[in-house]
Amino acid sequence: MLKFLGRRIFMMLISAICITFVVFFLTNLAPNLEKVAKSEAGSRISDEEVASWLEKNGYTQPLLKRYGEWLGVAPGWTWSDENGVTTGRCIAPGSDPVTTPRYCGILQGNWGNSNVFKSPVSTVIGKRLSVTGVLMFWVMVTMVPISLLIGVMAGMREGSRTDRALSSFSIASTATPEYVSGVIMIVIFASSVTGLKWFKGTSASDVSDITFQNFFLPVATIALYGIGYIARMTRASMTEVMTAQYIRTARLKGVSFRNVVLKHALRNALIAPFTVIMLQFPWLLNGVVIVETLFNCKGFGWTLVQAAGNNDIQLLLGCSVIAVLVVLVTQLISDIGYVFLNPRIRIS
Amino acid sequence: MTATAWDPSQPILEINNLSISFFTRLREIPAVMDFSCTVMAGEAMGLVGESGCGKSTVALAVMRDLGKNGRIVGGSIKFKGRDLTNMNEEELRHIRGSEIAMIYQEPMASLNPAMKIGAQLAEVPMIHEGMSKDDAWTLARQIVADVRLPDPDRILKSYPHQLSGGQQQRIVIAMALMSKPALLILDEPTTALDVTVEAGIVDLVKDLGEKYGTSMLFISHNLGLVLDVCDRLCVMYSGEAVETGAVADVFDRMQHPYTQALFRSIPLPGADKNSRPLISIPGNFPLPHERPNGCNFGPRCSYFTAGLCDKADVPMVDIGGHDRHGSRCLRVDQIDWAAPPPAKAAIEKGEIGPVVLRMEDVRKYYEVSSGMFGGGAKKVVKANETLTFEAREGETLAIVGESGCGKSTFAKVLMGLETATSGKIMLYDRDIQSTPIEKRDTGTVSGVQMVFQNPFDTLNPSMTVGRQIIRALEIFGQGANDQERSARMLELLDLVKLPRAFADRMPRQLSGGQKQRVGIARAFAGGAKIVVADEPVSALDVSVQAAVTDLLMEIQRKNKTTLLFISHDLSIVRYLADRVMVMYLGHVVELGTTDQVFSPPYHPYTEALLSAVPIADTRVKRKRIVLEGDIPSAMNPPPGCPFQTRCRWKSHVAGGLCEKEMPPMRTLAGGHQIKCHLSDADFAGMEPVIQIAAE
Repeated sequence: MLKFLGRRIFMMLISAICITFVVFFLTNLAPNLEKVAKSEAGSRISDEEVASWLEKNGYTQPLLKRYGEWLGVAPGWTWSDENGVTTGRCIAPGSDPVTTPRYCGILQGNWGNSNVFKSPVSTVIGKRLSVTGVLMFWVMVTMVPISLLIGVMAGMREGSRTDRALSSFSIASTATPEYVSGVIMIVIFASSVTGLKWFKGTSASDVSDITFQNFFLPVATIALYGIGYIARMTRASMTEVMTAQYIRTARLKGVSFRNVVLKHALRNALIAPFTVIMLQFPWLLNGVVIVETLFNCKGFGWTLVQAAGNNDIQLLLGCSVIAVLVVLVTQLISDIGYVFLNPRIRIS
Repeated sequence: MTATAWDPSQPILEINNLSISFFTRLREIPAVMDFSCTVMAGEAMGLVGESGCGKSTVALAVMRDLGKNGRIVGGSIKFKGRDLTNMNEEELRHIRGSEIAMIYQEPMASLNPAMKIGAQLAEVPMIHEGMSKDDAWTLARQIVADVRLPDPDRILKSYPHQLSGGQQQRIVIAMALMSKPALLILDEPTTALDVTVEAGIVDLVKDLGEKYGTSMLFISHNLGLVLDVCDRLCVMYSGEAVETGAVADVFDRMQHPYTQALFRSIPLPGADKNSRPLISIPGNFPLPHERPNGCNFGPRCSYFTAGLCDKADVPMVDIGGHDRHGSRCLRVDQIDWAAPPPAKAAIEKGEIGPVVLRMEDVRKYYEVSSGMFGGGAKKVVKANETLTFEAREGETLAIVGESGCGKSTFAKVLMGLETATSGKIMLYDRDIQSTPIEKRDTGTVSGVQMVFQNPFDTLNPSMTVGRQIIRALEIFGQGANDQERSARMLELLDLVKLPRAFADRMPRQLSGGQKQRVGIARAFAGGAKIVVADEPVSALDVSVQAAVTDLLMEIQRKNKTTLLFISHDLSIVRYLADRVMVMYLGHVVELGTTDQVFSPPYHPYTEALLSAVPIADTRVKRKRIVLEGDIPSAMNPPPGCPFQTRCRWKSHVAGGLCEKEMPPMRTLAGGHQIKCHLSDADFAGMEPVIQIAAE
């Protein structure tokens, strides 16, 4: 088991490096850098000035070297101008170049500075991620049990009236995009059209002010979409298991229907949806863009859009590191969970 | 438990005029019509018939588990005097598993993969007797020991996939016995198992039946097995019971044309492909909605009388003078049942020509590495070891052995799907060993062809039959243009005795036997010189097997093809093979002519194999040799002789030689080869396993 874990973590690191390198390469293409130079040093500078600005700020070094600097495995660039003032990646303005460390990258905890938010990337991401984290948590807490319940109830008696009703509901909920269901919910629950005004249609408020009223609608909107999807998967898996021969064995052993479902079918039926549920985490992290915009909730998705829209290279890179880590960690958990659900798979 | 007073002299199970139908949107499909049978206490009743005859439907009806579409439309099923057909779910639940238990065909699929064996067993008494968990596990341990499984504690804690097929089936049997049922339903319990494992299971079922006094309803398509296990049997055809009676009566004094035809189509000792060929049943099994008027067997029956047999439904009539013997035939009294079958012209023996294929010391090893990145210790699976033999033109060489003995690997190596690790494969004078199939020239590829085991999977479902054969002709470079090829395709359909109209049909419109004929036509498309037939008839019904076997023999005689017939069915091997090669764990343990292999001296493994095969003939006396344990893993073979772990002759060899040294291949009289350490005296003292009592 430990060997397996070690190997998986090693694989994770390799893939993380590969993916971040791709992102680094794409965000550091020449036109992007030019934009950075113009936004930093003034939008009307000439091409020569752009070139010299890029050189002074270490952007003209080979791509691999700069990737290494960003990662923190290569020493940061330094630049001495004609006045003898040394600037560099690791030298904060006004500090002594001699005392600063040579390496400063992700590994050293230096995520760079965000151009848009004018603050360190780590602070920006930390703050925004916590908003999305709370959102995700409540989505998972509502979505997973409800969808599994619906899926199992629908799948245990294929073709019954319950099955048809629940299946219709899940298809409808999956087929409704979030921007549609979100708007409908706002209209019904948070506007003067119906006059209900039970919940707030916006959750722009701070992390410290997470209330049921603020968060109910975004959580419901995301969960509704996911419920249908997971419920369909669970139903398919459940109907298949219910026709398996070992279910007949159990039934003909005299096991009651309730126990056939709970003791014999459930564990086998959960194997397939489990993977889907784990895949929901990365989807939630990046897919919340629409909902966060709709409800004006400034979370991770919103940050990502800001970073991409404003050519904020450091922030974009930071976001991709987080996204990659979440994907890889959830997949690791999913593989380990799989072993517990399915005794036929053993890690050796 | 509502243990109503029940008189043990009354039948345990009494089925009266039972009719079952399945309802689809289009129509009602009758699956079982007017079925009656009675099982007394302690009696074993066999239900015999081909697939689709409704025998499993009867079993599921007794369990009242016919699914959503199935319904009992008439008759009654009385269990201990109580009618099961009008019980509610709650009452049924008390009977299922506690008074009636069932054993299934596929043990792997019948056990819950995500539950420990112990939990699955202990569940039964916990539900029905309200036993505590600890007591139930103790009982489970005891029953597991009862079904002769080694190390019960370990087994209780394992999951189904950790056990072998034979062990799984023992667990399913144990599960059925957990609450000492009065009636046990066995639905083809050994069909998925190897013959030597089957023999062990059959012995177990018989002993347990005697020990607990359980009545049995034994469903099988194998008449030999029914003879071994049952007291009475009921032969079913197309949803009806056609004959019922005591085993001895039905086997020796049969009173229905179908029963008679069935016995004549199975290879019993004494049948011979040349002098006494099998008589196959003409025609096809009728589909449930295409049943004829009157007698269902009418169209295929050689005693058919128009105007009598096709008029009205045929009732079951009692045969006087026999013990509860009945037959569903209107002409019972007019047919002379003792008359010998119309003599089929004896066929001249095919001539055996020069050697076409020679294998010399062929080995095939697989390297299995554990670990994700190929790290970890490499293990070598020795799938084939020192395979040496030759096959002649027009000869049938049977390759016999149980699953995992390496016979399929051998076929792959010969076909070129894999290349051998070492050794020589000579086709005529060319060494084709190291040439994989992609690099073989068209002549070699079309010269060595294969007929596959499962005709259902080996035809492309979206291509017409004719197109598939033409495709093979194209690949083999036959015919100059499309016209020639389609003419050749029609000739091939003639060759396999399929109507030419079948060229435009899709595979799904064909029955199993017809599909296998298409498979044969495809194999012979390029004028194959060597055909490897990998269990070509084992997926087919008994009555069709004979026809397909005959067809293969006929084409072989015509084309002087060398047939390598891979099979585990020794009856059919004895019927059609010229020479037999017995394999065990990758080794050839015995090689000789059919007569040499089927009579002493035997290799100890051949002896056990022969004794394990059930024979549907009451005159045959068999010695029972039941092998203990399972076949060792090829990954970790035992030292010395591969068979030493299960050999009953091992004590005859002094000094533990069997455990130390691989025995040499010894050549006995007549070129008969045996790989064994036993002395000549021991070999001379061996008794024949099968004896046919004098008539």
